[in-house]
Amino acid sequence: MVLSTNLDHIATADELTKTINENENVMVCCGRMGPMCIPVYGVMEELRSEYKNVAFRDMAFDSPEAGIIRNLPEASNFMGLPFTIYYKNGKVVEATSSIQSRDQITAILDEHFSS
Amino acid sequence: MKPNHYNTIIIGAGPAGLTAGIYLSRAKMKTLILDSGIAGGQLILTHEIANYPGIEKISGYELSNTMRKQALAFGCEIQSGISIKDINFEAVEKSVQLSNGKQFTADTIILATGGRSRTLGISGEDKFKGRGISYCATCDGDFFQDKEIAVVGGGNTALEEAVSLTKYASKVTLIHMLDHFQAFAHAIDEAKSNPKIEIKMQSRITAFNGEQKLESVNVENLLTHELSELKLDGVFVFIGYEANTDFVQGRCIELNERNEIVTDDQLQTNVPGVFAAGDALAKRFRQITTAVSDGTIAALNAMEFIRQASAIKVA
Repeated sequence: MVLSTNLDHIATADELTKTINENENVMVCCGRMGPMCIPVYGVMEELRSEYKNVAFRDMAFDSPEAGIIRNLPEASNFMGLPFTIYYKNGKVVEATSSIQSRDQITAILDEHFSS
Repeated sequence: MKPNHYNTIIIGAGPAGLTAGIYLSRAKMKTLILDSGIAGGQLILTHEIANYPGIEKISGYELSNTMRKQALAFGCEIQSGISIKDINFEAVEKSVQLSNGKQFTADTIILATGGRSRTLGISGEDKFKGRGISYCATCDGDFFQDKEIAVVGGGNTALEEAVSLTKYASKVTLIHMLDHFQAFAHAIDEAKSNPKIEIKMQSRITAFNGEQKLESVNVENLLTHELSELKLDGVFVFIGYEANTDFVQGRCIELNERNEIVTDDQLQTNVPGVFAAGDALAKRFRQITTAVSDGTIAALNAMEFIRQASAIKVA
């Protein structure tokens, strides 16, 4: 189960683990093809060229494999799609729920992933 | 023509802006669309469109992508994710300066900046977004299975979404400031007859309370000014749209009392060569079809304006 975006997709929990182990900075947007999620995918697509040190990925929220994100302690109070998780060196450094603007996303990227 | 000069610069890449881009670039006008977000505007937020003539069903995402591809195929340039620092509307050669230092000039400008969902503007609203506060029932409704929630608003969207949320929530409190709903009779009847919906008219939320997530709201009765605390898990806000005209306010472009752009019937603003289209306009109906119509009219009139200006120069 993958989303119809132009981002690189993560389909399984193992793939996510591999991605965060192999990349220092990872942003994963876990959602559906809905109105609150699509703008976040769009911003991520645009930011790929600006933040080459970040691996941008998406994951289908309704996939059983996405339990690896849905069950994160950082997402325990989340009640809005998408769940967006930022990993640095394999650890969660930030997590947001619901739609985020380009400015909100770049503020997080600049805070945690600036080289 | 100078590399950074365009016949028309369109501000906004929603259906109005993209339509104007398609018409202008197809007519060989050098056209640039600038957008602070991503192409598609409010259109991409629409899950399914079933009333766009000629297309039985399509997602907003797909329709906006097709419009964008059409505009690009005709030679239109699109720059998204930009931030405008300054605009000179009044000069014959209009100019747009971006925050990243780029500057463009144009013979005409079309303002197609669209609208955005209105928020309550109450302290804590941003903190609890995604942690109890939502603006999309189809996206987040299933997080509220067997929970108590409130819906704020009194229009068609608020009433229809309140009914739809009763599929999940154990109770929905509908909170509306006025003493009447601004919705179709069938939507009002459906909400009123739903046993899971309790209606609080002439009331408003004054505060969101909670630690890690939303736990309660304070509600003021606007008749008695009595305050009460309503314990709940979620609030869905559907209180309409407002025009994206912040960057025009205080400038020479005429706006109405709701900060919507005022135009003549050719969609030209009070400034010659500056046109407007779509949801940012002062108008009654806001549909994808009306935005597309506005974009067409603004583009054709911008072309006419350029032709007339060229004729005057030659004469």
